[in-house]
Amino acid sequence: MSDERKTFTLDGQDVEFTEGQTILQAALASGTYVPSLCYHPEFRPHGSCKVCTVKVNGRTTASCTTPATAGDTVELATDDLKDLRKNLVQFLFTEGNHFCPSCEQSGNCQLQAVGYELGVVSGHYNPLFPSRPVDASHPDVLLELNRCILCELCVRASALVDRKHVFSLSGRGITKHLVVNAESGRLADTNLSVEDKAMSVCPVGVILRKRRGFRVPIGERTFDTHTASEIALAGARGPTEDGAP
Amino acid sequence: MSAARKKLRVATTSLAGCFGCHMSLLDIDERLVELLEYIELDASPLTDKKHVGPCDLGIVEGGLCNAENVHVLREFRKHCKILVAFGACAVNGGLPAQRNHLDIRDCLQTVYLTGLGVERGFIPNDPELPLPLAQVHPLHDVVKIDYFLPGCPPSAEAIWQFLTDLVAGRTPQLGHGLIHYD
Ligand code: SF4
Ligand code: SF4
Ligand code: FES
Repeated sequence: MSDERKTFTLDGQDVEFTEGQTILQAALASGTYVPSLCYHPEFRPHGSCKVCTVKVNGRTTASCTTPATAGDTVELATDDLKDLRKNLVQFLFTEGNHFCPSCEQSGNCQLQAVGYELGVVSGHYNPLFPSRPVDASHPDVLLELNRCILCELCVRASALVDRKHVFSLSGRGITKHLVVNAESGRLADTNLSVEDKAMSVCPVGVILRKRRGFRVPIGERTFDTHTASEIALAGARGPTEDGAP
Repeated sequence: MSAARKKLRVATTSLAGCFGCHMSLLDIDERLVELLEYIELDASPLTDKKHVGPCDLGIVEGGLCNAENVHVLREFRKHCKILVAFGACAVNGGLPAQRNHLDIRDCLQTVYLTGLGVERGFIPNDPELPLPLAQVHPLHDVVKIDYFLPGCPPSAEAIWQFLTDLVAGRTPQLGHGLIHYD
């Protein structure tokens, strides 16, 4: 092993990294925020939301799955990439049903916080208003599928940490959706319990503890008082106490 | 801002909204007096003038839930140089749009005929009543919208920032803390 500092450039600035770090991890560790949704510091990256997209030597790629490589030229905050990220977030808003004023997760939601960070003021596209029934069968947990962004964090947490495989994604393209591991298709018939890791990783308001929704009042929540970048940069130094975000 | 400049003519309306956004506009409090040095009101719930005339700025609260909403919105678009979607319902349909996965006929039947506590109900059919749309729509589904001011309601600070930017001829910029979806 050589002691030589390994660096790549990020929007013209040198960024040091250690072997095995992704571009996103190295950027966060150096104090530069990279917007992300399906990335979680405790899990292997999934690379599905593409909100973390950068250009590496001119080629577009997800920074959460791309290993940092010495000498690379990485672009992050160009106007094109900012527009792209904004569009991706707007797609997510218009593909699901996101009515923040009546959402238990409002103020603690990554999608919302990334929207604020990117200056998203509307969905821009014509909303699809999909029909996605709520699963309220479980005594302690509500599954509000209208808000799922298909990041697979619950899938990963349930399989890798809880070893239960409660969640999975099914279907393709616009019909892709979250399913639970029960013949009835109902959450009540799975072995999910409120202590599971899968309960605390959803970046949006899908997997909700019942009777807890408004314990912390709107206006006093994480992203009411902090920006997504402040939280992500703190997370890079160690996940926050409640496992989010 | 120069007071000598011609005042901006502004119209406002509430479509499928709850008037909460208009209340938030009043929440800019004594700054309303300052604002009135730079704007004058055309059609608005605040003036009771019913039909919109030529305006610099149209501020529309609420989404589109019935045929009349669409008519009023088109009138606003025709007469206003700049049209603003004002608040969550105007931006994405908001709370009323949560009926969108339901059949409108079932909705009406439940509310007026079969719902809990309804006796001798009937579905209102007075020709004066605008017909409901099958789904609630945000404004930009129907006309071009120039600016979006999200929030349920947008805060008085956000409204003030937005209006003072416009009056001063700047592109309105809502910084962090002023963009809110809830
Ligand atoms: S999940 Fe997030 S973006 Fe969606 S409605 Fe809830 S707070 Fe809004
Ligand atoms: S339920 Fe939440 S964690 Fe699971 S895939 Fe959907 S958005 Fe991701
Ligand atoms: S955070 Fe990288 S693709 Fe989602």
